[in-house]
Amino acid sequence: MIEFRTVRKQYDDGAVAVQELSLTVRAGTVTALVGPSGCGKTTLLRMVNRMIEPSSGTVLLDGHDVRDSDPAVLRRGIGYVIQQAGLFPHRTVRDNVATVPMLFGRSRRRARRDAEELIERVGLSREMGGRYPSQLSGGQQQRVGVARALAADPPVLLMDEPFSAVDPVVRAGLQDELMRLQEELGKTVLFVTHDIDEAIKLGDRVAVLRQGGHLAQYAPPEELLARPADDFVTSFVGRDRGYRRLSFVDSAGLDPAPVDTVHIGDTSADVPSRAEWVLALDAHERPRGWLHPNATVRGQLTEDQLIAGGSLHTLGSPLRGALDAALSAPSGLGVVVDGDGGFVGVVTARHVLDLIEARQHPALTEGAA
Amino acid sequence: MFEPLVRYFSSPSNREVLFEQFAQHVYMALVPLVVGVLLALPLGRLAQRVRWLRAPLLGGAGIVYTLPSLAVFVLLPSLIGTGYTSPLNVIIALTLYTAALLVRPVLDALEAVPSHVTTAAEALGYRPRRRFLSVELPLAVPALTSAVRVASVSNISLISVGALIGVGGLGRLFTVGFERPDVVQTVVGIVATVLLALAVDLLLVGLWRLLTPWERAGGAVIGE
Repeated sequence: MIEFRTVRKQYDDGAVAVQELSLTVRAGTVTALVGPSGCGKTTLLRMVNRMIEPSSGTVLLDGHDVRDSDPAVLRRGIGYVIQQAGLFPHRTVRDNVATVPMLFGRSRRRARRDAEELIERVGLSREMGGRYPSQLSGGQQQRVGVARALAADPPVLLMDEPFSAVDPVVRAGLQDELMRLQEELGKTVLFVTHDIDEAIKLGDRVAVLRQGGHLAQYAPPEELLARPADDFVTSFVGRDRGYRRLSFVDSAGLDPAPVDTVHIGDTSADVPSRAEWVLALDAHERPRGWLHPNATVRGQLTEDQLIAGGSLHTLGSPLRGALDAALSAPSGLGVVVDGDGGFVGVVTARHVLDLIEARQHPALTEGAA
Repeated sequence: MFEPLVRYFSSPSNREVLFEQFAQHVYMALVPLVVGVLLALPLGRLAQRVRWLRAPLLGGAGIVYTLPSLAVFVLLPSLIGTGYTSPLNVIIALTLYTAALLVRPVLDALEAVPSHVTTAAEALGYRPRRRFLSVELPLAVPALTSAVRVASVSNISLISVGALIGVGGLGRLFTVGFERPDVVQTVVGIVATVLLALAVDLLLVGLWRLLTPWERAGGAVIGE
């Protein structure tokens, strides 16, 4: 657990980076610190491992004032991931990951062996261990950065905009990977970002900071989207928050309806012409695309005769995906799949909206019915 | 044209003088190089860490380097009580020159270490001294190498000046060659000096390659 107790940071030139701020990060959870530049989020983060000392107030780590620990020893017990990864260019990936265990005095051999396991754990191949950081892509370097931070198995992880220097696709992959790792490891994570979407995606709780180090709101992401504390948070959270909040609404009660299906490779005889959209599946029952109403199939049904489908909604995942599946499908029918990608049924946007309204105004819908 | 050379080298005393002065030259060149680098490292580090010391350190180094070498060779004995022809005068003077020449490159090389790397080192729990020795210094080597190579060549040529005040080294071949006069002796001295400079330079390049394997780690980046 990390506790900030009325911490304040004022620099010698009078600039106030953090203004009497209190905040608790519960053990085993991810707290995202988010805000515009100059809001003191990195300052706050660095108070935890004493890279910055507060002017007043205390920071407690599992109930102990961090000032009672020797800074270097304290830092070895806290994982740290930095923007651009901060890997040592003169050391191989393996030796980068082995850094902290070796600072702890573990033998080089043991540290390297453990490092190789970690390299695999963050989704890289073992052979990467012998490479130098310059031979890795930005995303791979970040993975190594995470592996290095985890090497001594610290209970607390500090992450300072770790994914901001990579492109959006790679970033999304790294975020998913981090969530998967966190599921396994259950670290106490303090994550600094300027990207509200990243904060909402990764944080169990999100702390929105305002310029000058004021805490504007500290709440779980769905609450942040549903009830922003003030105009600043509202504008910072940004557009589409009603829609984005659906990411936190589960889709229980959404019953997919059946739809006519055909299979790739079926002959024209199996595909009677009809005035409805028909969903094409592959041999594993996975959706491949739509067959336009009245489309005639000559010979065998092949993929190039299909119209690309929309996004897929996985059964049991949040409602946002279901609505998006319906809105993005050419047929207006959102395709629902199971965990293995197999076809389950379809939902319409109307279907999803009715469910949302029923959740928001249960009495009203009941009365109408 | 080789005849005078053959005659020169056929004399055992000539060969003995050449080897003796060559060894002396190597000694007087390498000791100041090593000690100068060892002095410049902490001074450059100091200039990097202590802001207000930066200007006086760099200024002082600049002044030291502009002192005429012959004057220093002549003045040192009266300042530190060494004999007038002691090689120590040359060694101390060249050590000062080397250190003075390298303070700024050391500073620049340390400043060029990316801040995210030093920050990461701090955050992972390196204490300052270990961080300097095992992270910053190795990363400064590539930027430092060229300056050290200049210093080594400059030392090797400056030692010749020492011959004017009677200190050994290949410069002795120039002074003797000039007095006699003996062109062959002078030419041998020049060639030996150049060969020595080249050899030391090659040695430094080899050392640099040994110390910076990551600089030549080739191979394309493997995709995500």
